[in-house]
Amino acid sequence: MTARRKSLLAILLGPGAFWIGLFFLIPLILVVVYSFLERRSGGGVLWHFSLDAYIKLFSPTGETLINDFMMIVLRSLWWAALTSFVCLIIGYPLAFFIALQPPSHRTAYLFFVLIPFWTNFLVRTYAWKFILNNNGLLNNLLQALGMNRIALINTPTAVLIGLVYGSLPFMVLPLYASIEKLDFDLVEAAQDLGANYVRVFSRVILPLTMPGIVAGIVLVFIPVSGQYIVPTILGGGKVAMLGNLLAQQFGPALNWPFGSAIAVVFMALLMVGVIFYLRGDAREEEVGL
Amino acid sequence: MAEIYDVELRNVTKKFGDFTAVKDISLGVHKGEFFSLLGPSGCGKTTNLRMIAGFEAPTSGEIFLDGQPVSQLPPFKRNVNTVFQNYALFPHLTVAENVAFGLEMKGLGKDEIRKRVADALEMVRLPDSGAKKPHQLSGGQRQRIALARAIVNRPQVLLLDEPLGALDLKLRKAMQLELKELQRQLGITFVFVTHDQEEALVMSDRIGVMNHGELLQVGTPEEIYDRPANRFVADFIGDTNFLPCRVTECQGEVAWVQVGQGIRVKAACDQAVSGERQATLAIRPEKIHLHPAGSAGGQGEDVFPGRIEEAVFMGTDTRYVVELEPGVQLVVRYQNVNAATERFREGETVAVSWRPISARVLLS
Repeated sequence: MTARRKSLLAILLGPGAFWIGLFFLIPLILVVVYSFLERRSGGGVLWHFSLDAYIKLFSPTGETLINDFMMIVLRSLWWAALTSFVCLIIGYPLAFFIALQPPSHRTAYLFFVLIPFWTNFLVRTYAWKFILNNNGLLNNLLQALGMNRIALINTPTAVLIGLVYGSLPFMVLPLYASIEKLDFDLVEAAQDLGANYVRVFSRVILPLTMPGIVAGIVLVFIPVSGQYIVPTILGGGKVAMLGNLLAQQFGPALNWPFGSAIAVVFMALLMVGVIFYLRGDAREEEVGL
Repeated sequence: MAEIYDVELRNVTKKFGDFTAVKDISLGVHKGEFFSLLGPSGCGKTTNLRMIAGFEAPTSGEIFLDGQPVSQLPPFKRNVNTVFQNYALFPHLTVAENVAFGLEMKGLGKDEIRKRVADALEMVRLPDSGAKKPHQLSGGQRQRIALARAIVNRPQVLLLDEPLGALDLKLRKAMQLELKELQRQLGITFVFVTHDQEEALVMSDRIGVMNHGELLQVGTPEEIYDRPANRFVADFIGDTNFLPCRVTECQGEVAWVQVGQGIRVKAACDQAVSGERQATLAIRPEKIHLHPAGSAGGQGEDVFPGRIEEAVFMGTDTRYVVELEPGVQLVVRYQNVNAATERFREGETVAVSWRPISARVLLS
C-alpha cells in the first residue's frame, strides 16, 4: 500500500475509529476493569484488584444469587428469543408487502416504519402504559364494546407487547433489504418447475432472504436481552430482566464491581452465541448473490 | 375433426391497464414443432409466452395445451417448462440441485432423480458441473444448465424466452444449432421467443411474426422470407428494397406496376387488386442481378438500364447502390464470384435484372 493510500485511509476511517474508541471501547474497557475492582460502599469503586464480584456471582454456596442470576439470564434470553420470533412473524409479511410495492411507494412505507423513532423510547413506553392500564385506552375500548376488561399492565404480556413494539423496525429494515434484493424471476422459475406456493416459499424465498432474517434476529435479540425500560414500566418490575438487575446493582445496591461482572459475563455469553450463529449463517450464504 | 394442437391460442387478448399487449391472437403449434415468435421488443411475444406458461392470464380468449383449456391453471399445474431469458437459476442451490428441483417437486425417488439429473447434464454436455454453484459458471454454461433444468422434466412443451440473447455472437450461433439438434432428439414442442430474425430463420419449423401485439404472419422460414405478408414483415426479416409504385393491372397473382416515371415491371401479388392503386414494390437485394450494359439478362428476367452509384466491398459479396432513373435507387448484393477486376465500378452503366416472381407488391 502506498503512503498516499495509507493517509487517505486514515482520513476516511479516522473519525469513525475515534468515535468508536471514545464512546464504545473506553466505556467497555472501564466495565471490564471495574468488575475486577473492590466495591466502594457509597457507590463507585476502590482501585484494588479483587475477584469478589465474580466469586459472588459464581459461589455455589451461601447466597442464592447465582440461582437468581441464572434465572434472570435465562429469562432475558427467553424474552429476547420470544420477542425476535414475534417480530419475525409480524415483520416478514410487512417487509414483503413493502418490497412488493412500486418503488415510489416503498420509501413512504419505510418512512412509516421509522416514524416511532422520532419520539423518545421512554416516552413511547409510557404511552403504552396508558394504553394497557387497567383504566387505559384498550380496556375502555373493550368495555365500550361490551367485553370484559383484561388485566394487562404489569404482566408478561404487556412486557412482550412493549418489547415487540420497540424492536419491530429493527426486524423490518434488514428483512426489507433482503426481500427487496430477491429476484422474483426465481419465484416464477420455481412455480414453472412445479413448486406450489408453500414450496416456493420454503425452497426459494426463505433460503434467499435468510441473511435478512439472521440480521433482523441479531438486531432484535441483543438489545432486547439487555432491556430495562420496558420490563420496568410495563412489567412493573415484576418481570425482572438483566437490565433491571444491572440497574439495581449500580443504583440502590451500590455494588459497581458486581454489576460490571454481571455485564461482562452476559456479554461473553452473548458474544459466543452470536459468533456461532453468524458462522453458521456465513456458511449458508456462500452462494455469491 | 380439427387437429389437436400441442399449444393453441384462441382469440387471446391481454391488456395491462389501457395497454393492449396482445391483440386477438389465434395460433396453433403442432406437436414436436419448433415454433418461433419473432418481433421487435415490446411486440407482445414474451407476454404470449408468459400466458402459455401461466404467469399471466389472458384478458379474453382461451389457451389450450394438448386440447385442454388451461387459462385457470397456475403455472405449477401445467406440463410446460420455461427457459428464462436471464436463466433464473437458483443461486443458493448447486447445479445438480437446480436441475433436480422440478423432479423433486414431482416427488420422484432419489435414485430416479440422480439418474435423470446426470442424463440431463450429459445431454447439455456439462456432466461434471453438478457440484458447482451457478455463479461459478460462465454465461454459456448457465444457459445450458437452465436448459437442462427444464428438459429434465420432459415437459409437453418447452418455452424459451430469448435464451440466447445474453451470449456472444459465436456462442450464440453454436447454441442455435445445438438447440435445434436437441429439439429434434427430444421431440418436444418448442415455443421460442426471439427478436433476432436470423435466429428464427435458422432454427424454426415455423415462425409467427408479431408487431404491436398482433400476429402478422405465420409460416415456414421460406414463406416468411420469400412471401412476406406486408411491409413490416418484409422489412423486419432480411433486407428489402421498398419502391413506391402504382399497380395498373392485376391478373391472378401477377400484377403490372409502374415505378417512378417510366419503369413498368411485372411483379407477384398475393391479393387481388381491382383498378389502379398505390402500393409498395419489395425486392430483396440478393435477388437482383447486374450485368454489363446492353446485356439481355437471364431467362425470364426483366432488364433495366442502371448506373452504379456506390460500390462497397463486403467480403463475400459487394453491396451496390444502383440508380434506375433519378429518384429510383436499389440496393443490390452481388456475390463476389469473379475476380476483383470484374466487379462493377462506381459510375459504370449496367443492366439490372430480376425475375418477376422476386418482386412483390405489398398493399398498405
